[in-house]
Amino acid sequence: MSVAMVNAEAVRKRFGRLEVLKGITLEVQPGEVMCLLGPSGSGKSTFLRCINHLEKINSGRLSVDGELVGYRQVGDRLHELRESEIARKRAEIGMVFQHFNLFPNMTALDNVTCAPIRVKKVAREGARERARELLARVGLADKLEAYPVQMSGGQQQRVAIARALAMEPKLMLFDEPTSALDPELVGEVLGVMKQLARDGMTMIVVTHEIGFAREVADTVVFMDEGVVVESGSPADVLTTPRHERTRSFLSKVL
Amino acid sequence: MPSSEVTNPTGRPDEIRAVPVRRPGRWIAAAIVLVIAAALVRSVVVSPGFQWGVVGEYLFDHRILAGLVVTIELTVIAMAIGVVLGVILAVMRLSPNPLLSRASWLYIFFFRGTPVLVQLLFWYNIAALYPKLSLGIPFGPAFVHPNANTLITAFRAGILGLGLNEGAYMAEIVRAGIISVDEGQADAAQSLGMTRVQTLRRIVLPQAMRVIIPPTGNETISMLKTTSLASVITVTELLYAAQLIYSVNFKPIPLLITVSIWYLVCTSVLYVGQFYLERYYARGATRGISPTALARWRAAVFSPKHEWS
Repeated sequence: MSVAMVNAEAVRKRFGRLEVLKGITLEVQPGEVMCLLGPSGSGKSTFLRCINHLEKINSGRLSVDGELVGYRQVGDRLHELRESEIARKRAEIGMVFQHFNLFPNMTALDNVTCAPIRVKKVAREGARERARELLARVGLADKLEAYPVQMSGGQQQRVAIARALAMEPKLMLFDEPTSALDPELVGEVLGVMKQLARDGMTMIVVTHEIGFAREVADTVVFMDEGVVVESGSPADVLTTPRHERTRSFLSKVL
Repeated sequence: MPSSEVTNPTGRPDEIRAVPVRRPGRWIAAAIVLVIAAALVRSVVVSPGFQWGVVGEYLFDHRILAGLVVTIELTVIAMAIGVVLGVILAVMRLSPNPLLSRASWLYIFFFRGTPVLVQLLFWYNIAALYPKLSLGIPFGPAFVHPNANTLITAFRAGILGLGLNEGAYMAEIVRAGIISVDEGQADAAQSLGMTRVQTLRRIVLPQAMRVIIPPTGNETISMLKTTSLASVITVTELLYAAQLIYSVNFKPIPLLITVSIWYLVCTSVLYVGQFYLERYYARGATRGISPTALARWRAAVFSPKHEWS
């Protein structure tokens, strides 16, 4: 029996008085691609940020690859992890953001080599070699020395994917990776993500691209107001949704 | 053949050549400024009070040059203390630890709220407050007992006063720089496994530099001039060196001009340095990099078409 890559049980998250996640329970298996759909404010992005501990959960259990996120269990007590331990766990999870968040003062190549050199202590030459391969893989072999401002949004997002892959993550989180892109540029980013899915990467993708979810996802989860409304195969959730809320959302997005 | 576009034989549309609007106001204003400038230059050159001969005589006087060296030393050391202290105070101020944050706030409140001249005099007279200093374990045994009077010389009092005061100003500049960096940058760095210290040092601070450098350049130029206040506590920097000379020869004006010339030379050098620093930290902020002064001059002189109108 294999351990789930991500296991969430009744995860709750509050910002002040506002409860954003009201008990999320779901499971992602290794190699699975899960798409999270839902209206804005439904808690999808927050849930994603909880998985690599950019946000702390208030209650419930959340584990990645069999280990609790942010805590260690000793007996029946939880101990907070030290910052360096949290950082080490984050290094194994790649994250791609809506607004790319590339480091603007570094070239594409330096963006990709930065974390391997600083965090994994990989030798500079080896890191650059690997970065060139990764940038070629996302179709940017000719942009190695370009700064983020000199690239289109689609190119920047592909660099961001290469940057996350350079840490050789076991899980990739995508937070609306195409929402800030011109419609013409969405395809090139989705193309890279499809290839990644075919290569067997475990992925959780928050997206509004229903076509992508239908084609690539193993599981589609529809969230609204901090709860999972329904989940299942793309055919089930997208073609024959059981809940009225899912139906009305899909009718607006499609 | 009728055509909707005016074209010349090369097939490209002709540039418009129209008679420009007359602007008599500009000419009158320019004439007034020129007349005033000419009158000023004439008075500076002709008036005997300036004593340009004396200025020339003292410009490279060894006492003035020694004072200049002290001024530069004060500026460099006080700014170094200010920048290091400023970064520490800014990070403390942004720390989640309320005690650190408040301590930093209190420091800034105190050192920004009192005149730097008062602070200089205070450090100069510190021996009156703490005649004996000691270095050791707090509330425990001490290892060395330097005498405050011999330890805090006028020069060191100047360094302390200027540097500690500057730290408060630099703290606010660094804090503004750190805040100006998008939060997504820290998210991205942390998601790649960087610790908070690495994120600050490798990702946030380098980007904050773009915002920090220009006001820091201004602070340095301002510091260069503020060091003249140290003359009050008998530090023989540029101004006090000149004062010592004119208290003997009773020629204050030419010596103050000599001093002003050296201050202008130093600030000019700092302006150039600031330009190159800003250019370096602007990488990635704009699509192109602003040309250096030399490149601009070359482009203006050697470009085939002069457009100086």
